Amino acid sequence: MRGKTSQVQVDTSRGQTDDCFALRIRGLHKAFGAVHAVHGIDLEVKPGECFGLLGPNGAGKTTTIEICEGLTTPDAGTVELLGRNWGENAAQLRQLIGIQLQETQFPEKLTVEELLRLFRSFYRRGITLDEAIGLAQLEEKRGARVGGLSGGQKQRLAMATALVGDPELLFLDEPTTGLDPQARRHLWDLVERLKQAGRTIILTTHYMDEAEQLCDRVAIMDHGQVIALGTPKELIATVGGADIVEFAVSRKANAGPSTRPVVPGLARDDESGYGHGGVDIEALKAIPGVQSHRMEEALHQLSVSELHTAVPRIFAELEEQGLHLSEFRTHSATLEDVFVRLTGRNLRDE
Amino acid sequence: MSKLALSSLYQLTVTRLKLTLREPEAIFWIFVFPILLAVGLGIAFRNRPADVLPVGATTPQLVQALAADKGLRATEMDEAAGTRALATGNILLLAIENSNGVVYRYDDTNPDARTARMIADRAIQVAAGRLDPVAAENQLVHETGSRYIDFVVPGLLGMNLMGSAMWGLGFAVVDARAKKLLKRMVASPMPRWQYLAAYLLSRLVMLAIEVVVLLGFAWVVFGVPFRGPLLELALICVLASLTFSALGLLVASRARTIEAVSGLMNVVMMPMWIMSGVFFSPSRFPAFLQPFVQALPLTAAINAMRGNMLQGAQLGQMMAPVAILLAWFVLPFAVSVRIFRWR
Repeated sequence: MRGKTSQVQVDTSRGQTDDCFALRIRGLHKAFGAVHAVHGIDLEVKPGECFGLLGPNGAGKTTTIEICEGLTTPDAGTVELLGRNWGENAAQLRQLIGIQLQETQFPEKLTVEELLRLFRSFYRRGITLDEAIGLAQLEEKRGARVGGLSGGQKQRLAMATALVGDPELLFLDEPTTGLDPQARRHLWDLVERLKQAGRTIILTTHYMDEAEQLCDRVAIMDHGQVIALGTPKELIATVGGADIVEFAVSRKANAGPSTRPVVPGLARDDESGYGHGGVDIEALKAIPGVQSHRMEEALHQLSVSELHTAVPRIFAELEEQGLHLSEFRTHSATLEDVFVRLTGRNLRDE
Repeated sequence: MSKLALSSLYQLTVTRLKLTLREPEAIFWIFVFPILLAVGLGIAFRNRPADVLPVGATTPQLVQALAADKGLRATEMDEAAGTRALATGNILLLAIENSNGVVYRYDDTNPDARTARMIADRAIQVAAGRLDPVAAENQLVHETGSRYIDFVVPGLLGMNLMGSAMWGLGFAVVDARAKKLLKRMVASPMPRWQYLAAYLLSRLVMLAIEVVVLLGFAWVVFGVPFRGPLLELALICVLASLTFSALGLLVASRARTIEAVSGLMNVVMMPMWIMSGVFFSPSRFPAFLQPFVQALPLTAAINAMRGNMLQGAQLGQMMAPVAILLAWFVLPFAVSVRIFRWR
């Protein structure tokens, strides 16, 4: 595997002016018929960064990454990779980038070694077969046919075909989709090692935990647009609290006289504070540390910054309102919560 | 690694070959099927020694006269039994002696019966003391090259080259497209022309094996003649294979599913199976169809192979079929490279 030092050598030997960006996208548009798959995207990825495109299926992640890979022509906008573009330097760029596509099925009757030897022959420079096999941890499967590999092994093999040319820029499109948890973890380890080796990686995923775990920076996409951009930490901070409290209530059978009357027939998400199954939202929001409230089906979600002091007060307030808790749980805020806050939908619903 | 092993065209070609040889069905269709077909046809249409024709006669004298000819097997029977034997096909002719001489009873629409009539008459006349005014003797030749098996082997070769090139190439290309492998290939620095060229090159290697197996078998078992220059026969085979590969590439250049490409293949190959003279001469088709029949690549390929093997014709004498093959190679290849769907 390539170390940091050789990376530096490669960079200086190129001596290009645009080394500050491994990838720069400006005003990207792409429509398929009436469907506007990509609707005005600007992005910049720095060398050595692991950049994630996160979004539900159909958000335009794959179209965006395939435009960057030179496989799809944009309707408008420019793409610059390593200071080059597809119009003028296509042959050169193909040598410099590594690509893993979604759902490629390699010929089942080739062996791991044969497939990697084939892909290695396409590149003028690159790593050896043994290095590629070692990188994908497929030493034991070296002579095995592709058809006999597990899903995770196939995905690592696909990764190895993207790495044989020792690419400066690596594109991974949904690298862990369809894998079991153990295989996903295995693949994450591989990406972590590539990051440590200083490689620039651009990946798409619809798993928020994957983006949080692997990416230095994340662009959250929805309907062909970037709706949030930043480090996972920054993005999660925009939710307003570090933790999320979720609860559901039912009115107590022997409920004492409520301090406030419940007005029936009001819309559920009326902001007046009534109509949420009898929960007074404003009173909850007034508790120190509670940043915001939203409803998800019958589930109330509060984003909370001071969990340890806020939770007892939430209990007290609900008790005060004569409500019985039927569900209560908390979790640390995730990118999922960021997406939910921005779009009102869940990532995985799509 | 050697320089050759590092070349992507070499790796692509080797990969293609390995993938072909790892399909057991491919091995059957390419190598075993044409041999089975040749064996079957060879048995069905083998040249038997001249038939001995069964005849009947009503008197011992006639039987003796008839039996003197090696071409006849004569049995004595009375007229009633003989008529029955005629009706059931047990004998071809019944010779009946009467006061005037002899009467032959036979079916004049049956060529064998007419032959029996001539041989029987000659045998009886000679036995009665006829002398031929002109002295005649026979020189027998059994010429190879005029048998059906000689005719059909070049036809089978042509059909096999067409089938293996088109099926092999068409299915592999469409399969790779359906599995998004084509897209993955063009996402790598691989030059696209090399991917297509690897198909043609691997076909040429398979071709060498196929041709040697089929023709070698025909030569050893049936003694099929090779009268023209072998090198030119090889050239014709290479040209034919390139032509059918290009045609296969064209048929597979857009299709997304195996079903679609199968249908297209059959549409393209069916007219050639029927009209291009694999099993019988294409001259049997009416004159107005002949320009179409002669312009088919398989007709041209088979004509050139028969010309070489059976007539010993030089390539220079067969420019028409060679030109037809070249045209069918260049045009489909150029078109398919232009319209090929890579993803």
